[in-house]
Amino acid sequence: MNLELAFDPLFRVPLLLGLTLAVVLPVLGVFSRMRDEWLGALGYTHVAAAGALASGFLHWPVLICALGAAAVAALLKGAVRRPGNDLYAAMTIAGWAIALLLAANSDHGEVLGETLLRGQLYFATAPQLWLALGMAIATLAGLRWLSPRLLRQRFFPDHYRANREPAWPHEAVFAVLLIGTLVIATSAVGAMAAFALIFVPPWVAFGVCRSWRQALVFAPLCGAVAYLAALAGALAFDQPAGPAIVVALLALLPLRLLPRMR
Amino acid sequence: MILLSLETVYAGYDRAVVGPVSLEVHAGEVVGLSGANGTGKSTILGAVTGTARVFSGRVVVASGARIAHHRQRPERPAEIPLRGRELLAITAADPSECPPALQDRLALPLDELSGGQYQLLLAYACLGSPADLVLLDEPSNNLDPDSVGAMATLLHATPATRGVVVVSHEAAFLKACCTRIIDVNPK
Repeated sequence: MNLELAFDPLFRVPLLLGLTLAVVLPVLGVFSRMRDEWLGALGYTHVAAAGALASGFLHWPVLICALGAAAVAALLKGAVRRPGNDLYAAMTIAGWAIALLLAANSDHGEVLGETLLRGQLYFATAPQLWLALGMAIATLAGLRWLSPRLLRQRFFPDHYRANREPAWPHEAVFAVLLIGTLVIATSAVGAMAAFALIFVPPWVAFGVCRSWRQALVFAPLCGAVAYLAALAGALAFDQPAGPAIVVALLALLPLRLLPRMR
Repeated sequence: MILLSLETVYAGYDRAVVGPVSLEVHAGEVVGLSGANGTGKSTILGAVTGTARVFSGRVVVASGARIAHHRQRPERPAEIPLRGRELLAITAADPSECPPALQDRLALPLDELSGGQYQLLLAYACLGSPADLVLLDEPSNNLDPDSVGAMATLLHATPATRGVVVVSHEAAFLKACCTRIIDVNPK
């Protein structure tokens, strides 16, 4: 076992980047689950991965291509106006297929594809951390504005149209926060770990919590605890961070068997 | 004051399923829309909220009037950590004024309420909101007699500044709650 790396100054950026994502993704996941659109995270991570692999052909920056692909997918999803998870499932399989085809037909595609699948948290950079912190601050600061609007749209879906009020401002803000954070997370911890961080903590929180406020605290707490435990385990046993995060998150699932909070 | 006016409206989705409909809803009125299933009662509400298409005629909502709409089949997630009190906060409905049968249920998450309790809570979220025009689509569905009574009490307390349109196929409920009832005949 070797935990010395955890205290190395060079490791602070990866540590903080992962911790930031482990807090903010579950918060966004609580809203995705409430909207019954939790599969969206998997769809966007796969489309972003396909976009990242397309960067090799377009000769554009990887992050720009990943963000661009996810943004185009979000615009198409918005244009179709079909609620639920069907289109997100289509995004997932399309992103997966395109990513693998691009990887098979480019010089460094196999390596990049593997990186996006597994993540490369240990090689995280300061710009990634600043971007993630920006997304986290925007998400947490915007909750008071965003939360009632997204809840109203879920429980009173005709409200905005009936009152001739635009729903697109809060829809757009939520999409930007979700997609932006997911793209950063995909490049840092990999597509599946990013999806697990947005899916598992809210799943646990919905079973354990009784109030919205509790869920918005409990889900990121689950994410942070699982992340720190996963990272410690990954460093101690020289394992990749992404799968370790997924395993640690899955270990939280039995919490759903506990009685709900008061 | 006229809050809602429908002028010879034909409304539907792919094609018109109801019309011509002409009606006015004044402040202080509770207008009931009665008729058999499939006659287009809910489509008339949809023409007001914009979820149904108006093929001809005009729907006019008073300038600045706020609308609250209770759907026939309300959205209800299978699992949701949202207390009844938190739901009321979304529409700015005062929890202290909600029906007595719900008072001790407001601390529960929505997924722990019965179907009838949830129905009554959503209806109160609309009726307790500051909306000027409230549209209720089959609000007495799933309600036991006590809850139907609570719904009637809420409707009787309609303030003079508000108009309410209630769609129901239960003639007795409409008769007990409404100041005026309009029969919606098939096209």
